[in-house]
Amino acid sequence: MEILVCVKRAPDTLENEITVNKDGTNIEQEDLVYSVNEWDNYAVEEAIQIRDKVGGSVTVVTVGDEDAEEVLRREMAMGADNGILISDKAFENSDGKGIASILKAEIEKGKYDLILTGAQADDGAGQIGGMLAAMLDLPYASLVNKIDSEDGKLTIGREIEGGAQEINEIELPCVLSIQTGINEPRYVGIRGIRKVASIEIPVRTASDLGLDTNAVGDAGAKVKKLDYFIPETGDGAEMLTGSQEEIADKLIELLKAKGGMK
Amino acid sequence: MESLLIPPANAEFFGMSLKIFGILIPIIGVSLFVYIMFKRILPLMQAQPDFRTDKIGERIMTFLKVGLGQSRHPRFITAGIIHIVIFVGFLILALNSSNLVIVGFIPGFTLPGLSGAVGGVYIALKNIAATLVLFACIIAMIRRGLFTPKRYKVPEKYGHDHTAEAVFVLIIISVLMITDSLFEAAPIIEHLKTGEAKEIIIPGTITWLFVATLKNASQGALQSLYLISYFIHDLVFFFFLCFLPLGKHFHVITGLLNIFLSKLNKGSIKPVKWGISEEQLDNLESFGVKKITDFTWKHILDFYSCADCGRCSDRCPANRVKRPLSPRFISIKARDYIFNEYPLCGANKNRQDKKGDNMLIGDIFEEDEIWSCTTCGACEAECPILIEYIDKIVDLRRAMVDEGMVPQSLQKPLGALNKRGNPYGKLEKKRSAWIKEKDFAAECEVKTLSAKQNADTLYFVDSITSYDDRMILIAQATSKILNAAQIDFGILGKAEKDSGNEVRRFGEEMLFCELKDQNIEAISASGATSIVTSDPHAFNTLKNEYKDIPKAEHISQLILRQLKQNKLTLSPETTGKTYVYHDPCYLGRHNDIYDAPREAIDAIPSIKRVEMTDNCKDKSFCCGGGGLMLFYEPEEETRMGTIRVQMAKEAGANVIVTACPFCMVNIEDAIKTSGLEGEMEVIDLAELIANHIK
Repeated sequence: MEILVCVKRAPDTLENEITVNKDGTNIEQEDLVYSVNEWDNYAVEEAIQIRDKVGGSVTVVTVGDEDAEEVLRREMAMGADNGILISDKAFENSDGKGIASILKAEIEKGKYDLILTGAQADDGAGQIGGMLAAMLDLPYASLVNKIDSEDGKLTIGREIEGGAQEINEIELPCVLSIQTGINEPRYVGIRGIRKVASIEIPVRTASDLGLDTNAVGDAGAKVKKLDYFIPETGDGAEMLTGSQEEIADKLIELLKAKGGMK
Repeated sequence: MESLLIPPANAEFFGMSLKIFGILIPIIGVSLFVYIMFKRILPLMQAQPDFRTDKIGERIMTFLKVGLGQSRHPRFITAGIIHIVIFVGFLILALNSSNLVIVGFIPGFTLPGLSGAVGGVYIALKNIAATLVLFACIIAMIRRGLFTPKRYKVPEKYGHDHTAEAVFVLIIISVLMITDSLFEAAPIIEHLKTGEAKEIIIPGTITWLFVATLKNASQGALQSLYLISYFIHDLVFFFFLCFLPLGKHFHVITGLLNIFLSKLNKGSIKPVKWGISEEQLDNLESFGVKKITDFTWKHILDFYSCADCGRCSDRCPANRVKRPLSPRFISIKARDYIFNEYPLCGANKNRQDKKGDNMLIGDIFEEDEIWSCTTCGACEAECPILIEYIDKIVDLRRAMVDEGMVPQSLQKPLGALNKRGNPYGKLEKKRSAWIKEKDFAAECEVKTLSAKQNADTLYFVDSITSYDDRMILIAQATSKILNAAQIDFGILGKAEKDSGNEVRRFGEEMLFCELKDQNIEAISASGATSIVTSDPHAFNTLKNEYKDIPKAEHISQLILRQLKQNKLTLSPETTGKTYVYHDPCYLGRHNDIYDAPREAIDAIPSIKRVEMTDNCKDKSFCCGGGGLMLFYEPEEETRMGTIRVQMAKEAGANVIVTACPFCMVNIEDAIKTSGLEGEMEVIDLAELIANHIK
């Protein structure tokens, strides 16, 4: 099976102290560290596991600047066979539709049976998977947390609100957005990344993909960020007081009352 | 003295000379033994290199103390004494047994030096030894069979019980003792009858018992007993020799050698591969122990040498809290695997696991088993034949890291260490935020060292003490002590990275090398001529694993020196509380610093300090582990810290003094979860001393 996984380099919320910049238009970039978006990492692990079972190859693709190459290398160290970096000044500040159309152009150049994206990103809007499927006119399933592959089709599990599980059959080729928890992504150490350090990663520009630079990037963006702030802490918090047992009892009571416990 | 009985070498049985058996039994026995040993050595030849011939003087001392001196045995008193008796008995009897073999084809042979007076004394000594060994075997059999100590039990998942093998061997040894003595007694009785006896018979020995009970036996009967006992001894002796390499009694052959070849540089982890420098690591195809021959030859010798005594597991805190780890079975499982892979008959197997490779993880070892170890070193402090466990655990972890088999709970902190130099993912510039806290800054100034700002002493703070809200109090207390002692000191601030002690022990060698190199660079830029740290984990790796940096010491050592030089004076204790000192593993067991912290505490006038007698110093019970272990989520029935707090309570203490931030985390948690808040408390040594500075 030929699998393509769309990945993104994103600031890891766990390893950063997110503060909004002075203009309130974005987060403070200084001192940020980046890694592969967590959901995408699960998608790549799933792709590798499917490939190891049924054969084929895994390609990881990202839209970003030259720094984005590091996440491709990381995912290749994990076991992806190929990486493609889509990078062009003209792509900067693309909105979701812009990114999806860039990815579509690359995907159409290859022949993929399965296209995976993360369900969302730490700094994203969770829109690429759906848009991409529509643009490519492919079947789509979101929030996938289980994949079984048989010939020509997949049986997939989806997470439904309230913790229920839904099982679907979906025909290939298709696009899936992957939920965390679908697997346990393997660890990638410095050694793994060094092993793939010398592998050439092709870079695709707007002209390579035959894209109209007015339709993507800043020029083509129809969704623009106006403001960015961290909401003020509300009054919702209630401090439980008393001995450990009393606190525990009150907590259980509250959880039961709100349906968090049966 | 001429024997009145026909010796085995001259005897005939239905016209056939028994000398043939006297020659054949040793030839067959020795050949078989050589063949078995050859098969056993084969895996060692295919294993990884290991350099064990350095520091001969130290090795000889270890051999004399732990080997011949059996110094570890009295730690488990009953089993220890039984073992010492059998061990010493064997050493004495070995000479006589060799002599006996030759008697089978050279009548009346005595080894040079064993005739005359010396020989007489030796025989007397040997008789006492044989008697004591027999006695020890009988006690051991009763103990093993009837009052089996808990630690000998084999949990179901590890296979069948080992009692049968143990008792069988005790019977074999007993038979050797009895036949040896009977063979000696028979001619003495003959001599007694003729009044020619000159042998010394020690009352109470088995020989004495035989002489007393058989003194009226006919010459024919004695002749038969004489020959029968000889050949039973001869046969059993060679059977035993060939049986030894088949199981846990292999240690009779390998034990002393294993002690001589033991690891000498405690506190440091073995390199990924001996003979491969850090710069060459990138060229290695694979890291760590994936298949059995990825172990070093010495580690395979360790597996062979395990006597299955269970002391390691008895002391192992992970085993105690029912994590899926028992060090004893690391050895036993690996030994059985090797015996199965390299069978005595037939071709070597090439066993493959479900995934189609011969990874030991997933076959004989479980992932959680290998992650369960806190590397506290209690097992190694206990093993009477100095089997190593930590290096093997780390080698197995290196393999898992190399294959990406790292629990999710550990991947986050490892990623953060890579990006930010600390496992919490906190900003580098916040590493020294603790020096700027208002109240503290007013009292004590801490310099941040660089190429421009130098100081004599570098205080290496390490991650937890820099970032954790509770542990920064240890950093501040340490600084106050240094300040009070008028030491010119400073910290590295954001240039400091995690020391990497746990990163290395969790198998992430490359990340450790990066952290270490960055720290070495920052340390040398600081211009400091000495290093002090309040974190024993940092202390351990700085002292034992970093190269080309100034000498590192733990704050307890510095405190003691300052006290002795009267540069620090302490005010008396007035709380009336009872203190107990908990030995952190990386200060105590790994670096032998037991007394400095105790002396420092005792320097506080009128302080009351007790000991957790059976669980202190090198028998200290690990608090639960530090560094990355704080992130790992093991399966366990209880927390190690909970047990430790209970031990302190039973010792009659209200305050546990420790000297390690990780012990503080675990013990503080355990006090809370045990509901002992208000009753028990924990304080770091640096805090205790800082509170008492005049």
